[in-house]
Amino acid sequence: MKLTVRVWRQSGPDDPGAMVRYTVDDISPDMSFLEMFDVLNQDLITRGEEPIAFDHDCREGICGSCGVVVNGRAHGPERTTTCQLHMRAFRDGDVIDVEPWRAKGFPVVKDLVVDRSAFDRIIQAGGYVTAPTGSAPDAHATPVPKADADLAFDNATCIGCGACVAACPNASAMLFAAAKVTHLNVLPQGGPEREKRVRDMVAAMDAEGFGGCTNAGECVASCPKGIPLASIANLNREFLRASR
Amino acid sequence: MIEHIVGSAIADTTTPDVALQGQWRERQFTAKLVNPANRRKHRIIVVGTGLAGASAGATLAEQGYRVVQFCFQDSPRRAHSVAAQGGINAAKNYRNDGDSVYRLFYDTVKGGDFRSRESNVYRLAEISTQIIDQAVAQGVPFAREYGGLLDTRSFGGVQVQRTFYARGQTGQQLLLGAYQALSRQIDAGNVEMHARTEMLDLVVVDGRARGIVARDLITGEISTHLADAVVLATGGYGNVFYLSTNAKGSNASAIWRAHRRGAYFANPCFTQIHPTCIPRSGEHQSKLTLMSESLRNDGRIWVPKRAGDDRPPNQIPEDERDYYLERMYPSFGNLVPRDIASRAAKNRCDAGYGVGPGKQGVYLDFADTIARLGKPVIEQRYGNLFDMYQRITAEDPYQVPMRIYPAIHYTMGGLWVDYDLRSTIPGLFVIGEANFSDHGANRLGASALMQGLADGYFVLPTTVNDYLGGNAVAPVDPAHPAVATTETEVRARLDRLLSIEGTRTVDSFHRELGLLMWDHCGMSRTERGLREALARVPELRAEFWRSVRVPGHAADLNQELEKANRVADFLELAELMLLDALLREESCGGHFREEHQTADGEALRDDERFSHVAAWEYGARPVLHHEELTFDHVHPTQRSYT
Repeated sequence: MKLTVRVWRQSGPDDPGAMVRYTVDDISPDMSFLEMFDVLNQDLITRGEEPIAFDHDCREGICGSCGVVVNGRAHGPERTTTCQLHMRAFRDGDVIDVEPWRAKGFPVVKDLVVDRSAFDRIIQAGGYVTAPTGSAPDAHATPVPKADADLAFDNATCIGCGACVAACPNASAMLFAAAKVTHLNVLPQGGPEREKRVRDMVAAMDAEGFGGCTNAGECVASCPKGIPLASIANLNREFLRASR
Repeated sequence: MIEHIVGSAIADTTTPDVALQGQWRERQFTAKLVNPANRRKHRIIVVGTGLAGASAGATLAEQGYRVVQFCFQDSPRRAHSVAAQGGINAAKNYRNDGDSVYRLFYDTVKGGDFRSRESNVYRLAEISTQIIDQAVAQGVPFAREYGGLLDTRSFGGVQVQRTFYARGQTGQQLLLGAYQALSRQIDAGNVEMHARTEMLDLVVVDGRARGIVARDLITGEISTHLADAVVLATGGYGNVFYLSTNAKGSNASAIWRAHRRGAYFANPCFTQIHPTCIPRSGEHQSKLTLMSESLRNDGRIWVPKRAGDDRPPNQIPEDERDYYLERMYPSFGNLVPRDIASRAAKNRCDAGYGVGPGKQGVYLDFADTIARLGKPVIEQRYGNLFDMYQRITAEDPYQVPMRIYPAIHYTMGGLWVDYDLRSTIPGLFVIGEANFSDHGANRLGASALMQGLADGYFVLPTTVNDYLGGNAVAPVDPAHPAVATTETEVRARLDRLLSIEGTRTVDSFHRELGLLMWDHCGMSRTERGLREALARVPELRAEFWRSVRVPGHAADLNQELEKANRVADFLELAELMLLDALLREESCGGHFREEHQTADGEALRDDERFSHVAAWEYGARPVLHHEELTFDHVHPTQRSYT
């Protein structure tokens, strides 16, 4: 396949940035989107130009490093991570626009690389169970109903990629925070810190400059791990409960 | 070809001289303590935030140490432990199926083909049960039965069900547990976290590890961080092969720089090939993706009985299929250890029975299990793996069998450590995959997560106490010449990489090195091939330093410079791996020398000559030190899984 890709280039946080047009040739449908970028970058280096900076690591959809907006959609046309998007989703001759996550909470570092450390700070505010090493009772001391364990797991699969924020018209981090609050608050182990956790995480989220939720649902539509919208409702319930 | 010298023997001197079952208890008692008030006075550097690093950082900080921690990823949550799929072993015996600490110990020593240290492995098996308790207390959502208790499953090389799991994302869930514990300590101000910061060298002052030189990957700033002890938790070196199941950023630079500063490198040739990976699809391939070994619980591996049979799998009748693992190893069947399953797949393909494009693949078929248990059960167990497979290959594994082929997955070799996980440089501890300690010549499935967390949560806190409590570690003078020299050397190296301005990209060198290593130091090795590669690697290295092209600047986010620096180290490490593989004239575990096999094509060990750890000291002529291995409990036998 031969494709035209228009990529956001920005040399640093202070550079206004612009879309730059490139053509790539000999793209196989079996390539991942990032492998297409590899091909483009090898070409740029050989031609003496600077390659495009983008975050990526595991390339199997679990580390959450990668993430770009492809044709206006976070992670592109399929509900998966950018690294698991394959070129068979495109057609020969397509023009593809590639941009970084755009959100106040995720400032651009360079090209397609953004700073997502705000997510780490939200977790630091309360996304944990206080259980110092060595203090744990036997794992079977507290049975957990399977339904609760499964709900916790479904929410714990969040990879922290930030697509939810990028997709949201308000750049809200509600789905991210909701996933962690739901994961931990539904488990008996998370019970003692249930109220403090949700209050502190919501406060951290607000302090980082993320917007509020208006139930647009765009976050869910682009979440590669299928975190459900109901988790946001649950976050609101937990927050109300804790605020009483 | 590179020459080497045989040096003096090396021995672990920290295993207590008591019966196996009491060694760890004894060591915990004899280890020196540091008064909680004094722990605040000690800075400890932890490099890496995978299972080993995150658990170590969190636990040391909980104890009151001041931890300074580093990862090259943009968040500690992204370390490659996150990608581990299948599970974590623990000798809980919740199944009442005859499991015990001793059996886990036995299975691990045998699975490692009798090339690991008994004392370390026994401790690992002992600690395994505490890890599950700890993870559950943190809220790790393991799979559970309807009664609310934890579910377990089987893994390769084992006949009990001791593997705890969280669907196909056990590594992710355990890592998030450790990451969250670490996050709590960051918030409390006990851990100073440096993300997007890569260690480029180790600072050794007066013979002790006293810090690291690191590069801020955003600004390019080089800085030196000093401490009283340094912990490397930087993972394995599988990316020397370019194509592996490792993350793109996984690299050997931290351990290689430490090796160059005096830490011995043990068993570099012990690499693990994982039998169930998605076959490569073309020249553009940038990495390989694992399909968890747990799939072998319910999938049956087969190839057509007739070589070159091109029919689609569904049209090949049952009696024309060769379920070769079930045929060759009736008692373990599809659950033989990884090295055996990998070699069998390679042998089938080499003999012309391979399937799929390029004929480099075998089938992993779920039809029988889906018929028996129904699709929902399989979805519940492996849903995310099936989705991942379908996404990558555009084939639906619920309808057609998966195609799988072995790929580089894990490295059992690593920096040499004693029972206390101390390297040969005082003050430098090495944990997780970065060390060589527990898996011998082959790691059993679901044991890497166990080892990383055992080292970080439970072993290191005791042994770091002993080091800091037993040694008067004076404050290090930032103006010490060794500090300045290390930083200067790091800068000079980066400048040199940028100044070559050659014609070949970093990736082109990395691919060439990887292919060479895969061909000659991969699933099977020969003296001739190893010698050939030993001749080629120095040439390739010279060419790299002559004609690599690294664009951009040092004082900027420069991903090509990051890669170049890592590949430069792979080009050195590769030579040591080859040399080690050449000298180990036996087959054991993942190290298969074609000259040494049984009549049935199984690995043929030579316990007379090679029942040792090969610990390499860096030098223009590397020095080989032997640590003799003794087996007082699990007596070496020809491994049999038939």
